[in-house]
Amino acid sequence: MRYMMLVYGCHREELPDGYDQVNAYVKDLIARGVFVGADPLHLPDTATTVQVRSDETLITDGPYAETHEALGGYFMVDCANLDEAIELAELCPLAKLGSIEIRPVLENTFR
Amino acid sequence: MHAVEQVFREHRTRMLAALTRVLGDLELAEDSLQDACAQALRTWTTTPDDPMAWLLTVARNRAIDRIRRARRPVPVRPEVAVDSYSLDSLVNLGDERLSLIFTCCHPALSLEARVALTLQAVAGLTAAQIGRSFLVPEATMAQRLVRAKRKIRDAGIAFAVPADHLLPARLSSVLAVVYLVFTQGYVSFDQALASEAVRLGKLIASLMPDEPEALGLVALMVLQDSRFAARRTPSGDFVLLADQDRSLWDRTAVVEGTSLVERALSRRQPGPYQLQAAIAAVHAQALSPEDTDWPQIVALYTELSVRSPSPVILLNLGVAVAMASGPTEGLALIDRITGLDRYHLWHSARADLLRRLGRASEAAEAYGRALELATEESDRRFLKGRFDELRLGVNPHDLARLPEDE
Repeated sequence: MRYMMLVYGCHREELPDGYDQVNAYVKDLIARGVFVGADPLHLPDTATTVQVRSDETLITDGPYAETHEALGGYFMVDCANLDEAIELAELCPLAKLGSIEIRPVLENTFR
Repeated sequence: MHAVEQVFREHRTRMLAALTRVLGDLELAEDSLQDACAQALRTWTTTPDDPMAWLLTVARNRAIDRIRRARRPVPVRPEVAVDSYSLDSLVNLGDERLSLIFTCCHPALSLEARVALTLQAVAGLTAAQIGRSFLVPEATMAQRLVRAKRKIRDAGIAFAVPADHLLPARLSSVLAVVYLVFTQGYVSFDQALASEAVRLGKLIASLMPDEPEALGLVALMVLQDSRFAARRTPSGDFVLLADQDRSLWDRTAVVEGTSLVERALSRRQPGPYQLQAAIAAVHAQALSPEDTDWPQIVALYTELSVRSPSPVILLNLGVAVAMASGPTEGLALIDRITGLDRYHLWHSARADLLRRLGRASEAAEAYGRALELATEESDRRFLKGRFDELRLGVNPHDLARLPEDE
């Protein structure tokens, strides 16, 4: 099963050696054969929101989420079950500072 | 009783567990087992040679029908493609009840959901029954159950006994669910619910014979349950352990619980449930509060507070110390506990010791504080009585007030 692991309330810049630690973590995911993809995001003050209502496009700056609730990035893994996904999340260095939300991917949606 | 009902009662959990293993979906397993029972009620004139195999076969066929009708990509897990619902493997499947229990008590589900799911899937209670016990409307409870089952399926919660390195933490989650069911039955005087918890505990202990904590939990519940008849006055008031009429204690249960705790402790892997059961056994053996082996209770609470330090356990230790060594020593310990300022039993335990030390105005103040915090009507009546006695200068009989053991 694929799981999206969303990292909230933590950016790798906030961790000492954050860059190295996250790199090592991704290498570990690859070595375990579960890695699908991962990306860090710029800080929420770079966010832009788009909405289309009655054919009108509304573009707004933000939202500036509070630091503790800001999405900082994601890892996508493909593993056996939720227990394995939880173990992978526990290993993530960003879990020590922020929180990781594990969401199962709704498979077979696009064909 | 109709033969179907009898087979269903006796083997329901095993059949449900087997179907869930094969179908990979608890909700689908339950629905198709219901279908099979309905069909059996209509068609059985004599009981088939192997009624369980009959029901499982029909249930599996109905599950396939349901999947086809749903026309959605069910099952989601590749290993449970429809073709693999082999009858042989289904009927000859071993006992999967433990997998069912661990799945229902998975920590990725909310505690409320774990409790409800265990009572429904493992114990066979209906949403209406569970709702009544937990003061939740039936519709809300049904919704909670459906949501939990879908999360198990969609989030990929494994239908399995967890791997060894996860087992200790996950077993304690299972035991906590069972004890929570028991406690709910115990505090609300719901004997049926308490008995259900004891049955669940016995099932787990029999499926996991190498886990003394499972046995310890059964012992604890059986011993607490032995006091059921003595815990309430005819008018419904709560009776403290020290004031209970011990002739009302169920002696058969005391003997059973005591021998269970001895069996568990003989494994020499003590844990919180075994220690609490041992404390309950010491109480159960005493003919009166004064006759209680308080030094033994102090020793057990000390051990318990080292293993699972919690302010409530320290409070119980303080009360036991007061009984073993005197109110001054007990009060000194209780006054050092932090974090129980909102807990009425901390205030009422202090109040009682202050009263016994002759510090009446401080005692009245503490009873007053306890009264502000207590929510149960019978607790409030008791505290109000004590408060008034002190205010009016009446000298009540001099007995220790034990908080209900945790």
